[in-house]
Amino acid sequence: MILLRAIGAVLAACLVVQAHAHAFLDRSEPRVGATVSAAPGELTLRFSEEIEPAFSTVKVLDAKGKRVDKADVRVDLADRATLRVSLEALGPGVYTVVWRVVSVDTHVTEGDFTFQVAR
Amino acid sequence: MNASYRLDLAGPTVDNLIIAWSRIGATLAVALSILPASALAHGLVGKRFFPATIATDDPFVSDELSLPTISSVRTNASGDEPASRETSVSGEFSKRITPDFGISLGAEHQHISPDGQPSIKGFGNVELGLKYQFYKDEAHETLLSVGLGWEVGGTGSKAVSADSFSTFTPTLFFGKGFGDLPESVPFLRPLAMTGTLGVAIPGRASTTTMTLDPDTGDVVSNVEQHPHVLNLGFAVQYSLPYLQSFVKDVGLPAPFNRMIPLVEIALQKPLDRVSDRRTIGTVNPGVVWAGRYMQVGLEAVIPVNRQSGRGVGAEVQLHFFLDDIFPHSIGRPLLESQL
Repeated sequence: MILLRAIGAVLAACLVVQAHAHAFLDRSEPRVGATVSAAPGELTLRFSEEIEPAFSTVKVLDAKGKRVDKADVRVDLADRATLRVSLEALGPGVYTVVWRVVSVDTHVTEGDFTFQVAR
Repeated sequence: MNASYRLDLAGPTVDNLIIAWSRIGATLAVALSILPASALAHGLVGKRFFPATIATDDPFVSDELSLPTISSVRTNASGDEPASRETSVSGEFSKRITPDFGISLGAEHQHISPDGQPSIKGFGNVELGLKYQFYKDEAHETLLSVGLGWEVGGTGSKAVSADSFSTFTPTLFFGKGFGDLPESVPFLRPLAMTGTLGVAIPGRASTTTMTLDPDTGDVVSNVEQHPHVLNLGFAVQYSLPYLQSFVKDVGLPAPFNRMIPLVEIALQKPLDRVSDRRTIGTVNPGVVWAGRYMQVGLEAVIPVNRQSGRGVGAEVQLHFFLDDIFPHSIGRPLLESQL
């Protein structure tokens, strides 16, 4: 009975406390590891938590390490777990996305992935 | 831990042990705080998330609560001991003192059902732990820690054969993610391994018990040797969240996109004092599902040989990420920054 109460209390805390977890990348557009036929004009990253934009960065690099995003990363006002950044006109090739975000409870997470624009 | 259990204690009380342990922790925290460190959340090294594993202790220091861990296995008959089913319910609370140094407190309730005999139940000894994370390489997803476990003798029930003496286990912990493998082998990059290497050092070399032979009336002494025991643990895991977020989005739907299939291997080998030094242990294939605030682990428990058990057992664990549930209170290190 004590054990069940303890588990119940922690589970209740998960629901009641204004908790926010680490922000993990749920999905992106272009998708992680994907090959797209048309060059995207924008990169969208959807995280598992709301993001603090002032402390979050997203960079898109070409195969030579040159930055090809427009450094205008912003939170989607309709969904504060989504970050958007505009891209320059991308030619065929492999691009690396490097992100580092701070969720609204100050937890930091980071990651990177590639996508490819087909010839 | 309830009041009736505390009254059964033969040795130091749990309250006193907690106070003593806290003082040791605080003292060591100050000593260790002069070393370089950086904040680290539960199981995260760079972009790698290491889940808490059931059979082998994690390499990271964190604010977490495993409650409950339920295990059920069968043992073979040995000597005068009949075969039995052993079921245990345990919990462990871990708390960061600094971002890289933490303490833990664990307890286990055992229920042993020998074939053809009445069941036995009671608490095992309280287990305390210290852990210090001394190396972290985010780019190579590598983590090294050292720790000291203390099974506090005399705090458990004699009914379940809890030792009356303490056992100390210094342990080296490691975690390594393979996200740094070349792009030519992308689907191997979600792989990771964690492990432990420790030696259990009993506080007493042997225990002598005197019994009366019912046939002759003579007093007979029985000596039970307590060997040093090498403890090895490994967990090989394949992170589907890592695959989805950093390698290739293969479109896995929930709940599979948060699952981490794994295989744990836990082995124990007596090193001295006894003639039978065969290795015992289990291989535990299973899966962990990690959510926002908690994870659930489920594993089969397969004995590696006859001495290790019989048939396939099972373990299940509910594990809470206290740093995510209480990010502004008990989920933070007591000493937030290095002095």
